[in-house]
Amino acid sequence: MPEVTMENTMVVPSAPPEETRAERLRNFWSDYCQSWVAVLALAVIAVLLFVSFGASLVSPQDPYDMAALDWLDAFLRPGTEGSGGYVHILGTDNAGRDMLSAIFYGLRTSLMIGLSAGALALLVGISVGLTAAYFGGRVEGLLMRIVDLQLSMPAILLALVLVAMLGQGISQIILALVVAQYAYFARTTHGAAKVERGKDYIEAARSTPLPTRRVLFRHLLPNVLPPLIVVATVQVASAIALEATLSFLGVGLPLTEPSLGSLISNGFKYIHSDRYWLSIYPGLALMVTVVAINLVGDQVRTVLDPRNSR
Amino acid sequence: MTDPILQIDAVSKRFTRSPGVLLKGLDRLTGRDSSQTVHAVTDVSLSVPRGEVLGIVGESGCGKSTLGRIVSGIYTPSAGKVTLDGDPVARDSRGNVDKLTTRVQMIHQDPFASLNPRMKVGEIIAEGPRIHGLIPAKDVQSKVRALLEQVGLEGAYANRLPHQFSGGQRQRVAIARALAMQPELLVLDEAVASLDVSIQAQVLNLFMDLRKQLDLTALFISHDLSVVRHVCDRVAIMYLGRVVETAPANQLYEKPLHPYTSALFGSVPTLGTGRARFQPIKGEIPSPINPPKGCAFHPRCPLAGPRCRVEVPRVVNASSERSVACHIQDGGTGAENEAAA
Repeated sequence: MPEVTMENTMVVPSAPPEETRAERLRNFWSDYCQSWVAVLALAVIAVLLFVSFGASLVSPQDPYDMAALDWLDAFLRPGTEGSGGYVHILGTDNAGRDMLSAIFYGLRTSLMIGLSAGALALLVGISVGLTAAYFGGRVEGLLMRIVDLQLSMPAILLALVLVAMLGQGISQIILALVVAQYAYFARTTHGAAKVERGKDYIEAARSTPLPTRRVLFRHLLPNVLPPLIVVATVQVASAIALEATLSFLGVGLPLTEPSLGSLISNGFKYIHSDRYWLSIYPGLALMVTVVAINLVGDQVRTVLDPRNSR
Repeated sequence: MTDPILQIDAVSKRFTRSPGVLLKGLDRLTGRDSSQTVHAVTDVSLSVPRGEVLGIVGESGCGKSTLGRIVSGIYTPSAGKVTLDGDPVARDSRGNVDKLTTRVQMIHQDPFASLNPRMKVGEIIAEGPRIHGLIPAKDVQSKVRALLEQVGLEGAYANRLPHQFSGGQRQRVAIARALAMQPELLVLDEAVASLDVSIQAQVLNLFMDLRKQLDLTALFISHDLSVVRHVCDRVAIMYLGRVVETAPANQLYEKPLHPYTSALFGSVPTLGTGRARFQPIKGEIPSPINPPKGCAFHPRCPLAGPRCRVEVPRVVNASSERSVACHIQDGGTGAENEAAA
């Protein structure tokens, strides 16, 4: 019945112009740029990523190479020229290691641990949260009570116990951080998924019927991701801080593969002998990293918040 | 009328809220029962012949949406069964609903909630048929375009996201999604209730056109009596989980038999000269957690007698096409005897 179709087409107001993916991205970016602090934080993160993952290119010395270290260079003050013939901008430590290089390499370890722990915790958390929210009942009760239990203890305590049990090493630390942190992702996922689960589009998908796997991953998951992006940034920052804490307490990484935490820990021993640069500068680097990531996460949250949309 | 496609056979649905572990332990000590049961649908039997649009009408909370969800296989009934051409629509595997058929499709009330905001309209429409292999992969694009045009949208809209559409347009998309599954039975759950009146008319006209073209059978759930009269062949009136009256639409509107039906018609405001004279039904709809004994409508019924307070009325055939569950039609309410005594 073509005439019927025509009549119906004519009375429908035309839809607003299509917004392409590129345009949405551009809108997101212009919203993001509303805060210059956040832009600065993003720039800082970019610089930190560059100097850490390109540490071998930008640092004057390889702090892992014991042969390159000279005992005579130990405890040089910031700005002194060492036996290598270059100025140690941030001084050297007790083994004659250039602090700037050590910080770059340490940052690399810290970021690597933070990012991989964050990503893995995100995966585990999403699985737990989605399963709980979608299936409900006893499964939900059990999973979420475990999560609640974990959230009621300090993450650092849990990580400390785990590292003590698992032993030292990068993968052990990552595992400990994942176990300590997945609960935050699980709870956020669960909360968001519970809301979306009750909406009609999930019911429509289920009653079509579509396979459960498809409903979970094509319908439910994409709609709970935005809040998780925000949690993820914050959790990466806190994973870095947690790792630093573990290393500072002496259960993290040894000084031969320095992270920021182990550098601070090492320098802390000399802080009373007026050799402040050993711990202050890695501490500053850690602080700048964590604050920058948190600022970016905050701004992303603000932009993604539908209540702030224009 | 001898070929019912859908059979609803003595279906009941109860939702039980089980108390928490602590309360359960306390119950065991004191011998109480803290679990609360909502009787959403009680003992409903209906049959829908092929090609018929059956309206289901009732106040909010009367169980009409629950009935629609049972028919579409989203809920499994606590008792009774729903069959489509003799085959059950869903199977219960340890409390989880396992929908068996694609032949029943549902259209939800709120088109702002029923479309996945992160999927393009074309994907939304094509997803079901693609997964179930109803359309060959190469024809998906053209089929989606054809469906969009069939519901009065442009085929090029397939690449847009739901938020770029108005409510009426979204409801058209939802209809296209349902039609894409080539259903034999549509369940429309208040499908136009959330739309503006003018848009409602457009969507209703679309539905009527499609119905003619595709020879659809449908369950049309609504609380809007005038819409139901316009759209449906037959109407079932529900009150507190039970069907109280079933009749062809024209007969029902001419002469309602059940006091609740009359009361419903009396409570519809009409445009007239002078002051409005509509009469709301007195009292509130009782709680389905603790429904009244006897006839569920007796606390609000102007004609209730002693029998209504104790005995649940049977469904009796008032004529070959009508049935009603009221003691007045089935031997009296007992009020007559009381007056005589």
